[in-house]
Amino acid sequence: MARSALEDMFRAIQALGYEIVGPTIRDGAIVYAELKGADDLPIGWTDVQGPGSYRLERRADGAVFGFAVGPHSVKKYLLPPSLRLWRATRDSRGAISVEAGTENPRKLAVFGLRSCELHAIAIQDKVLAAGAHPDAHYASQRQHLLLVAVNCMTAGATCFCTSMRTGPRATHGYDLALTELVGERSHEFVIEFGSGTGMRVMEGVPHRVAGDAQIAAAGEVTRRTAAAMGRGLETDGIKELLYANLENSRWDEVASRCLACTNCTMVCPTCFCTSVEDRVELGGSVAERVRMWDSCHTMDFSHLHGGSVRGSIKARYRQWLTHKLASWIDQFGSSGCVGCGRCITWCPAGIDITEEAAAIRATDLRKRRMVAANES
Amino acid sequence: MPAATRARKLKLAVWKFASCDGCQLSLLDCEDELLALAERVRIANFLEASRATVRGPYDLSLVEGSITTPHDAARIQEVRQASRYLVTIGACAAAGGIQALRNFRDVKEFTSIVYATPAYISTLDRSTPIAAHVRVDFELRGCPVNKAQLIEVVSALLNGHSPHTPAHPVCVECKRRGTVCVMVARSVPCLGPITHAGCGAICPAYGRGCYGCFGPSESPNIASLAAQWIAAGATRSAIVRVLRAFNAAAEPFAAASKAYEDDQG
Ligand code: SF4
Ligand code: SF4
Ligand code: SF4
Repeated sequence: MARSALEDMFRAIQALGYEIVGPTIRDGAIVYAELKGADDLPIGWTDVQGPGSYRLERRADGAVFGFAVGPHSVKKYLLPPSLRLWRATRDSRGAISVEAGTENPRKLAVFGLRSCELHAIAIQDKVLAAGAHPDAHYASQRQHLLLVAVNCMTAGATCFCTSMRTGPRATHGYDLALTELVGERSHEFVIEFGSGTGMRVMEGVPHRVAGDAQIAAAGEVTRRTAAAMGRGLETDGIKELLYANLENSRWDEVASRCLACTNCTMVCPTCFCTSVEDRVELGGSVAERVRMWDSCHTMDFSHLHGGSVRGSIKARYRQWLTHKLASWIDQFGSSGCVGCGRCITWCPAGIDITEEAAAIRATDLRKRRMVAANES
Repeated sequence: MPAATRARKLKLAVWKFASCDGCQLSLLDCEDELLALAERVRIANFLEASRATVRGPYDLSLVEGSITTPHDAARIQEVRQASRYLVTIGACAAAGGIQALRNFRDVKEFTSIVYATPAYISTLDRSTPIAAHVRVDFELRGCPVNKAQLIEVVSALLNGHSPHTPAHPVCVECKRRGTVCVMVARSVPCLGPITHAGCGAICPAYGRGCYGCFGPSESPNIASLAAQWIAAGATRSAIVRVLRAFNAAAEPFAAASKAYEDDQG
């Protein structure tokens, strides 16, 4: 598909009744927001990321998707930051009626999703939509999504999807997947179909069957990206490693830097923790329950009778990292991390999950115990 | 809710100590809720709104301002005695306010510079929070308080639940509203990670760092945040200045600002 047909693709998606959201520039970052057309995309921009640092820069080549992931993720649509669950009203005779607060799902097309994010959706599906008690809002909104993936042409300095085996090439879970080919004289997209809906979108868009050279070039894009991955995380035996190192002194060191600010959990596309707040209107006859994003980094989140069971920042950071990389495996059958790097970039203290995991590995208490045993 | 409170209106008094009146005005600002409030609450003493006053005792006293004079130190005892519940509103009442900057210096020096006849000035060495003088049932933070939180506290008392005013950092509210972090994207010094939530993260939404109006959050790691700012080019005296605003005397802000002042590297 030619670069010029991107706008046709937008129109075709809209014609099927979808609102389109996707990457666009706001307040110095590429966030997810409503897109009216292809021109709202961050055309010709890239992002320079590092621990606790994010800057936009111009690219010379006019690439449409020449950036990595930003602070937002699909989570904000599937698991909104704030959602009214129900509202109860008491009438003058004292009779109480309850109405569900869940809004009707929107037909939403998410444009420009990356492979790591498709994996994050699959993880949240398992947590929130599978099992005996699916989350009603998540499950219904999930069925109204059209997912247009983009295979990454650049890896951010905080990306490590290759370590987590979640990218950079989108392999499943999309309706359409695009690989952008920016050449000297040509600018086009190779498109892969993932669903019938995806095929229907393309019926109204000028395109032709890709040639061998284009398919090879598309493969080369993600191979180059994989080779340029910003970071890595050794996952071999990580569950056992972390379980055996709950007393590692590295937790004290990272706790001295951690602000317990919750930013890492808020930006993480798999973190799903929420809490509910009951509100009563002044008159006392209307009450509602609102669910909001919460985080294991707050004291209230582990508040049981008499106080917080994770009173120290150390206990809370350790809980976050060991859940993400270890106990998630026991609980949901996969890692809770897809290697998107958001928690590294958006941590105001620049704390790096890959560096922390590596530091624990380097000071593995089991090794020390073995050394001690050999010496004695 | 208990039938008794439903039948009888809650008798409310608003008291002012050393303050700017901004928090009291937040109550008048609650336009949408004022009618509902008037149905359940009888305002017995609120000089900003009406000169009519009713004698105590009061069911609920909202206390604004800090204690800075011997006269006020005595008056707050009377207010406490006349009140079933005493809720303080705002940073002055919770932490001493901006006027607590005197706590770090010699107040006599200030009065001699500011007033023509300093001998007429009767003031205390320190500006202290209400809780340093009497038992306080609930402290509402902020400079000024958030009007939704103010309504929440009154509503909680009327409807018999505990008020929801979480002590987690401003970052939680900032991320929930989808704001791009000004520290990460623009290296703007932001107090959000160590500041008590409640304002809804207004300042970062307008591209500015948080000023810390709501005081320290539940577990503020000031040293780590200050280290980030220093790495981004801030001086130690700049750190002293940001910690010494409306909540200058609140711990651990006060101790940290002293430490950075003593150690001007
Ligand atoms: S833990 Fe960090 S790198 Fe992993 S998925 Fe969450 S935000 Fe991305
Ligand atoms: S790791 Fe970073 S983002 Fe997460 S709570 Fe700690 S300081 Fe905040
Ligand atoms: S802008 Fe400030 S309050 Fe918002 S997330 Fe960043 S550090 Fe926290």
